[in-house]
Amino acid sequence: MMKLHELAHSRTGDKGNISNISVVAYRLENYDLLRERLTADRVAAHFASRGVTRVLRYELPQLGALNFVLYDALSGGVTSATTLDKHGKTLSSYLLQMEI
Amino acid sequence: MADKLRIGSGAGYAGDRLGPALELMRHGNLDYIGFECLAERTIALAQREKDRNPTAGYNPMLAYRMEHVLPLAHQNRIGVVSNMGAANPAGALDVAASIARQHRLRGMRLAAVTGDDVLDQIRRQPELEILETGEPLGSLSDRIVSANAYLGIGPILEALRNGAQVILTGRVADPALFLAPMVHAFGWDTRDYGLLGRGTLVGHLLECAGQISGGYFADPGKKDVPNLWDLGFPFAEVTPDGNGFIGKLDGSGGRVSTATVTEQMLYEIHDPSAYLTPDCIADFSRVRLKATGKDRVAFSDAGGMPPTDTYKVSVGYRNGYLGEGQMSYGGANCLERARQAGDLVRRWLRPYSGEIEDLRVDLIGLDSLGPAGDSAQGAAPREIRLRVAGRTPDRQLAQLIANEVEALYTNGPAAGGGASKRVEELVSVASVLLPKSAVRTQATYREI
Repeated sequence: MMKLHELAHSRTGDKGNISNISVVAYRLENYDLLRERLTADRVAAHFASRGVTRVLRYELPQLGALNFVLYDALSGGVTSATTLDKHGKTLSSYLLQMEI
Repeated sequence: MADKLRIGSGAGYAGDRLGPALELMRHGNLDYIGFECLAERTIALAQREKDRNPTAGYNPMLAYRMEHVLPLAHQNRIGVVSNMGAANPAGALDVAASIARQHRLRGMRLAAVTGDDVLDQIRRQPELEILETGEPLGSLSDRIVSANAYLGIGPILEALRNGAQVILTGRVADPALFLAPMVHAFGWDTRDYGLLGRGTLVGHLLECAGQISGGYFADPGKKDVPNLWDLGFPFAEVTPDGNGFIGKLDGSGGRVSTATVTEQMLYEIHDPSAYLTPDCIADFSRVRLKATGKDRVAFSDAGGMPPTDTYKVSVGYRNGYLGEGQMSYGGANCLERARQAGDLVRRWLRPYSGEIEDLRVDLIGLDSLGPAGDSAQGAAPREIRLRVAGRTPDRQLAQLIANEVEALYTNGPAAGGGASKRVEELVSVASVLLPKSAVRTQATYREI
């Protein structure tokens, strides 16, 4: 077992109440492992306590990257949430804590 | 027609640093520079300011930036495109033109792009559906304060063709600030969606400035960025086929690598094969990146399809108030004291529980950011900051939330310190789609 942080880097973006989290393998040869282990279901479970209702995953094999789209992830959305990190900017680092 | 074009990025958000933009204008051999300065809600807040003072409502750093940018643009013949006009592009044009005049920048033509303000149009269409909730727009009724369509390259292109060197817009799609100069300089057909898709990739890569050249990337020991203190802003060098490379100034800090470019390419993207803009639906799903030198990454293989026949419109509406208070606890047993303090404030606010929405009691340092259950087990924290926040219909109740946290000084557990409190009127954003045919855009000019 190792943390995703060992294998990949990540950045979060936001639009309304939707967060997207990219996960990019440092080494292209680890992409297949990420693709196999880092499923949309696992990401949804990781963020379930935030009220995420649906997670979609997009694949960019030529870049060693996955892009996750998390619906209802931002407590109502950037412009109305009462959370400290309204944009969910810190979520990428929380995803990197996942054990792979 | 140009055989290549160099476009720099001078700002990635409203308050971005100016120094790196000026360095790029001095030494980057640029043809154009774009300054992206409007977040989702910025224009709604700017509109509130303009309502109070009709000459305000543009980016607060406009005059400061223009004082430095315009003389350099004149000297090095660089075109400047920015959405710093925010809610008042015409007012921004007056400010910029007056600065250009003071500096005697003879021959400089400046333009303002208007038409994104569609408040009158949407007020007549209460049946429009709010994309986020499915409710009719009319449900926001008199709380609406602004409505701005994400315009495309059309009016910027018009201003460029009419010889404008400095163009200030309100709401436009961010990539349009960079795409318009490419279409203009290369004479692209605005119905060649493959080219527009490739140009949109360039715009998207550049629109957050330092975020592609090593900013927002460093993770010490894992992802190191050299001389981050001296972060150089990026430029793209593009050929007439819409491909090219991202680079930064030699000797500047930061880093351009396939890793930094990939992170930025996917930033705020949902389906990479369908990035909706007013000018095209761009396809980034097959983009290839290749490091071609130190801090140089070539990009290719973006695509595009025709756009939809609607504009996305951001509608700003008053959404009550946010009340927030914070207090810190440190040293022996601090976590238990912070928890007791949080419980107390909850208890004091109980009579208002029907009116306060989304009341949060956060323990900063333990559980304020991540998913529940993630909080570190084991070692006791050395300090904890309590944060209580909620949304209320009126200012008084928001103020009460803030005050009750401060009241922990004399009414709460021992040794709380460093109280802070804040009340903010909330302006939230809803989105609707408006037929493009309902929107009239315009460019106006000043000549020095």
